[in-house]
Amino acid sequence: MKAGAVTAVMAVTEVMSRPSDLGQLFKTFIKIGVFTFGGGYAMISVIENLCVEQKQWITHEDMMNITVIAEATPGPIAINCATFTGYRQAGFKGALAATAGLVTPSFVIIFAISMFLDHFLEITWIAHAFWGIKIAVGILIVDAAAVMIKKMKKKPLPLGIMTVSFVVILAADLLSRRISSIVLMTAAAIFSLGLYLIKEQRKAGKI
Amino acid sequence: MIYLELFLGFLRVGCFAFGGAYGAIPLIREVVLSYGWLEEETLTYLIAVSESTPGPIMVNLATYVGSTQAGLGGAFLATLAVVLPSFILILLITSAMAAVADNPCVKAVLAGLKPCITGVILATGVCMVLNRCRALEGRQPVDLRAAGITAALGLVLIISARVKKKLSPVKLILLAACMGLVVYGP
Repeated sequence: MKAGAVTAVMAVTEVMSRPSDLGQLFKTFIKIGVFTFGGGYAMISVIENLCVEQKQWITHEDMMNITVIAEATPGPIAINCATFTGYRQAGFKGALAATAGLVTPSFVIIFAISMFLDHFLEITWIAHAFWGIKIAVGILIVDAAAVMIKKMKKKPLPLGIMTVSFVVILAADLLSRRISSIVLMTAAAIFSLGLYLIKEQRKAGKI
Repeated sequence: MIYLELFLGFLRVGCFAFGGAYGAIPLIREVVLSYGWLEEETLTYLIAVSESTPGPIMVNLATYVGSTQAGLGGAFLATLAVVLPSFILILLITSAMAAVADNPCVKAVLAGLKPCITGVILATGVCMVLNRCRALEGRQPVDLRAAGITAALGLVLIISARVKKKLSPVKLILLAACMGLVVYGP
């Protein structure tokens, strides 16, 4: 196993020392990997900040599309986003570099925890710091949504769909019920497609 | 054969784990319990650890289970297996997306999905903050210290956006960790 570890480390250092797109992708996604606590939506904020605003690898529109796709496909959202951004930027190799970068920090940290720390969360200062981090994660998720709302078309249909799904999820959580977001998304998709088809038919009828 | 079992078990998780981290937990639970890799109690503890460490929960769990079952090689294989399905799927979708993106029906579906996911994300964030502000000990209805941190972080974010540039997520997380350390004391 040691030989494997050495090869892995060598491959990592090789990628990092290359001043190319691949190295950039790998390094950026390591950063994203380090700061995505709690997984899921929290990383949308981080990716939006690094890949859309700073590096301009993808557009906000891309980000929106990939979020939708990520939610509709299996696997962690963060992985989906990394693969997508990497592929856009540098093809298959880019997808590989970005995904590997994203996974590396959590792999290293959890591996270390599994070896050395049986009672990780009982270390009080870690628990305290984490109580703060959890709030920041919640705020970051709200902020990610705020950015999306700002860029959304302010028409009755999208606003309506957004409000309904917000209220449903919030109510479900407050009542300690769990509603799969997939059910909601399927309903929204069918609703919107239905409206479109009806409109088309009316148009065809008039002509 | 533990390597093969780890790979196949987590490949299953990677293939069928829809709906983000929390949607995936029932499936992960079923897999790790059926192979006898973890006890129920360890799993609950691990989910808490995964939440407190960076990275997707599924990846964290795969690394941990692989490592405890079969060392570094096991950790590597399990992590690879859990990532592989979504990696391949996204590659396929991304290369096909350009071709279908202009289809009016696809556009109509996306037009419904985008506001829906925006609402879901907004609600998720609000719920997270609310749940954190509910009291830990249960004596008061509100954990005032958590509420204080929420207000402070929110203000910092809003003011920084108005005055200069919005504080980056990385800095906000670091700031929040410091606040947690200070407010909840040693």
